[in-house]
Amino acid sequence: MSAHTFILNGAPVSVDVEDDVRLLWVLRDVLGVTGPKYGCGLGVCQACTSHINGKAFNPCSVPVSAIQPTDEITTIEGLPATVGKPLHPMQEAWLDYDVAQCGYCQPGQIMAAVAKVREARAAGHEIGDADFDEIRNICRCGTYFRIREAITAGAKNF
Amino acid sequence: MGDQGRLPQDEDDESGRGVGRRRFLGYVLAGPTLMVAAQLGEAALAPTEAQAAVPSLPEPADLLDLTDLLTTAASPTSGLISIQLNTDGTASFALPRAEVGQGVTTSTAMLIAEELDIPLAQVRITLADARPELLFNQFTGASNTTVSTYTPIRVAAATARQRLLAAAAVRFGVPASTLTTAAGVVSSPNGQSATYGSLAAAAASQVTVQVGVVLKQQSDFEVIGTAQKRIDALDIVTGRKQFAMDLAVPNALPTMVCRPPTLNGTPLSVQNLAAVKAMPGVTDVVIIATGVAVRAATFGQCIDAVRALQVTWGPGTEDNSSDSTLLKELKAAELPLVVPPLNLLAQTVEATFTFAFASNSALEPNCAIADVRPGRAEVWAAVKAPIVAQGAIAAKLGLLQSAVTVHVVQGGGSFGRKLFADAALEAAEISQLMGKPVKLMWHRTDEFRQGRTHPMSISHVRATHALGQVLTFEQRHASVATDFSHGLGEVITSQVAKLPVGDIGFSETIFELTQQTPYNFGVTTQLLSEVDKGFNTGSMRGIYSPNVRCAQELIVDQLAAGVGQDPYQFRRQTLKDPRAIAVLDKVAQLGSWGRTMAPGTAQGIALHPEYHSVAAILVEIDCTAATTGRQIPDACTGPRVTKVICAVDAGLAVNPLGLQAQMMGGISDGIAVALTSGMHFENGVFQEGSWDNYFYTRQWNTPPDLQIVVMPPSSGTPGGAGELAVGAAMAAVACAYARATGTMPTSFPINQAAPLAFTPLPTTPPIPQSPVDGLTRAY
Repeated sequence: MSAHTFILNGAPVSVDVEDDVRLLWVLRDVLGVTGPKYGCGLGVCQACTSHINGKAFNPCSVPVSAIQPTDEITTIEGLPATVGKPLHPMQEAWLDYDVAQCGYCQPGQIMAAVAKVREARAAGHEIGDADFDEIRNICRCGTYFRIREAITAGAKNF
Repeated sequence: MGDQGRLPQDEDDESGRGVGRRRFLGYVLAGPTLMVAAQLGEAALAPTEAQAAVPSLPEPADLLDLTDLLTTAASPTSGLISIQLNTDGTASFALPRAEVGQGVTTSTAMLIAEELDIPLAQVRITLADARPELLFNQFTGASNTTVSTYTPIRVAAATARQRLLAAAAVRFGVPASTLTTAAGVVSSPNGQSATYGSLAAAAASQVTVQVGVVLKQQSDFEVIGTAQKRIDALDIVTGRKQFAMDLAVPNALPTMVCRPPTLNGTPLSVQNLAAVKAMPGVTDVVIIATGVAVRAATFGQCIDAVRALQVTWGPGTEDNSSDSTLLKELKAAELPLVVPPLNLLAQTVEATFTFAFASNSALEPNCAIADVRPGRAEVWAAVKAPIVAQGAIAAKLGLLQSAVTVHVVQGGGSFGRKLFADAALEAAEISQLMGKPVKLMWHRTDEFRQGRTHPMSISHVRATHALGQVLTFEQRHASVATDFSHGLGEVITSQVAKLPVGDIGFSETIFELTQQTPYNFGVTTQLLSEVDKGFNTGSMRGIYSPNVRCAQELIVDQLAAGVGQDPYQFRRQTLKDPRAIAVLDKVAQLGSWGRTMAPGTAQGIALHPEYHSVAAILVEIDCTAATTGRQIPDACTGPRVTKVICAVDAGLAVNPLGLQAQMMGGISDGIAVALTSGMHFENGVFQEGSWDNYFYTRQWNTPPDLQIVVMPPSSGTPGGAGELAVGAAMAAVACAYARATGTMPTSFPINQAAPLAFTPLPTTPPIPQSPVDGLTRAY
C-alpha cells in the first residue's frame, strides 16, 4: 500500500492503496464516488468516462499511480462546479431532451459530450454528425439519437 | 371524524365526478395519515376484432395475447397496493414492479397525479420488496406493467382524493359536492382552502374500510396522455441515481467469480487457493457451484485474484456444440409444413432464415448485494420476478421464504436479463459460504461468455398465392430452448416451466399467445419447436417476435413482388386491423414512401402488432461501398440506416415522451440484430468477450434522421410498448437491405457469416486485465 494524492472534484484527496489499482476502483470502492460506472473495465464501453485536467478519459484504464498530485480529476459529481452553476449546460440539455432511460451510461455520456464539444472547438469547428460518430460510449437502451440532439443543444450554452 | 373510518362521502360519491359511471372498489387502510389501496389486477381487455378480406381465422394472439394472460392471471390475488398521503403534501407509492429504464416509475407517478389532482413532483415512487402475497402481480415482463396497473393505481388515487374531499367537507362545514381539487389543494366556492398535507391526518381511518369510487373520464385527463420527463432524470444526470453496486451496505466488499473456460463448466479443484487468498486486498476465496468466488477490498483486486486462480474445471454443458452443429439440430427439429412446396394451382414463395444467438446483457452487468446470516438473508438486486428470486434464494440457502428479504433496486437496463436473478442467487450462495456480506459483480467478459443469450433460431416460411391473392402462409420456427423458469413471476408457473414435460407446453403457449400474422393470408399456421437445453437463455426485448416477424415481412415483400404490387400498398390491402393500416399510412406519408433513391440505397417498410399496440417503421438504408467501407477502429460499420420514421399506436399512451423513448430504444435494437449484433458459438465457447466484439448499435450506426410519431389515443387503455419497435425495426431494415442490394438476406445479423472482425479473448484466465494506458487516449 502506498499513499496517492490528487485533486478530486476541486478538493485534494489522499488514498492508501496499491499502485496498480485502477482509478475507477479507487473512486468507487475506496472513496465512494459512484457516478462513474463500471461497464467493462476494458476502456471499451466508456461508462466510467470522467475528466483529467479537463480531458475525457476512462478511469478503468489508468492505475492510480499514474495520477499526479496536481492532476484534477472531475467526475459527474463535480461537473457543475466547473462552470459554477447548479448544473452544467450539458446536464440541462440532457434534462430538456429527456435523454436518459435506465441512466446507467449517462454520467459517462455527459462527460464524454462535454469533452467532445471542447475537442471540436479546439479543432476549429462546432460539433456535428462526424464528431457524434466518433463517440464510443455504449448506451444499451439505445437512446443515441436523443444524445445527439442534447449535445447539439447543450453545446450552444457553454 | 365520527365512527372510526367513516367520512360522509364514503358511501355516496358525489365528489365532483359524474354519477352513473362504473364504480371501482377502493380501500381506506387504517393508519395515522391517509392510506388508500386497491386490488391489483383487472379484467381482460376486449379482443381485437378481425376483419377478413381473404379471411384468416383469428389466431390465438388476436384474441388473447400474453398481456391478457398476465392480467388475467392477476385477478385472483388478494394483495393490495397502497398509496400513503404524507403531512408534507406528498404521496408515496411502492410500485411492485422493476424500473430498468422503461419509465414505469414516471408513468405510475402520472397515474397518481392524474386521479389525485396533485403535482407530479409531489409523487414519490419507490420499488416494493418481494411480496409473495401478490402472486402473479409482481412480475415485470411482456410489456405488461402499465396494462395491468393502469386501473388499480388510479382507483387507489381516486379513493385518496375522495377521502380528502370528505375530510375537507367536515372541516369547512360544506357539502363535499361543492368542493374542488387542484394541485394538491381542496377549495370551496366561498374561498376556503386546505392543502392535502394539512388534511392527511384528518382523512385517515382507524380501521380499514371499503369505498366505491369513480375514475376521471378520459376526456378530463390533464396528466395522462401528456409528455412528461422522467421523474429520476435529475438524479441520473447528476450521478446521484443509485444502482445495486452503488449502495453502501456495511462490509459488503467487492466480489467476483472466476468462471470456467467453456459454457457452464464446473470447478473441480483449486491449486493455489492459499496463495490467492494472500494476495493484496483479498479477504476470502471459496468454491461455489458456478466457479470460484473471491472477495477483496476493490474490484480491481478481485480481477487480479480471478486471473491468478489456477482451477481444474469439469466439462460444460455444450462443449461439443458449435453454431454449425446447432444449425443441423434446428433443421432436424423443424415441424413439417402442411401445404406442399409445388402446387399446380398456385405459386410458392419460400425461404428459411437463420438468426444467431444475441446477447441480452445490459450495460449494468449482473450484480447483487447479499448479506446472509444464520436464519435470515437480505438481498439487494434489480430483479423483475422478485417473488421467484426470493423462493429460489430461500431454497438454495435452506431458509424459509419469509426469512429472505429481497429489495428491488432500480436496474441499469434489462432487455430480458433481469427476469432472472442469476447474480442474486450467486451472491447469496457466496455470502452464506463466506459468512460475510458481499457485493457481487460479473465481469463484462463473463456477461458475454457465460451470461444469458437470446437463443439461436431458424424460421421457415412457405406461402402460396394465385390470381393476386395469398392463399396460404405457413411458418415453422425452431429455436434453441428459451428459459421461461421465471414463469409468470411467482412460484407455481415458474416450477411448471422447469418440468421436463411441462415447459414445451409452456413455450408453445407463450409462442401462440405472442406470435401473430397481421395479414389476411388465407390459411395461416405458425408452430414452434425447441431443441437443446444446455444454454443459458432468455427473452431479449421480445421473445420470438423480432425473428418471427422479420422472416414474415421479408416474405411479404416477396409476395408483393409475386403479385405485382408495391410493398406498402400490398400490406395495407391485406392488413386485418385498421389501427395497423393507420400507422402504416402515417409512416408511408411522412417518409415519402416510393421516392426515388440513389443506387445502393433503398427504403423498407414493415410493422409489428403486439400486446394491443402496433408500430410501423419506414427506414432508408445506405449500402454503398463508401458507407460499408467506413473504417472505425474496433468497430463494425457496414450499411447504415440513414433515416427512420416510426408511428406507434399504443392504445392510450400514458406518457408519449416515454413511449417515444421506448420506440427509439427498440429501433436501436432492431438495427443491431438486423445488421451487426450476433454471437458466435464454437466448441462450447461464445467468442465474443467485449462490447468491441459484440457489435450493439453505436453512434456510428445510429440513424442521423429519426422521427417517432405517437398516434392519437385509439382506446381507453394502454397497450404494451417495451418490445414493440424491435420487430418492426428489424424487419424494415432487413427489407430495405434486400431492396438496396437486390438480395434477400437469410442469415441475421447480415455480417454473421463473415470472418470474425476481432481476435477472441483467451478463455484462461477467463477475464482480461484492465488496460493501463488510458491516459494516452484522453481527449
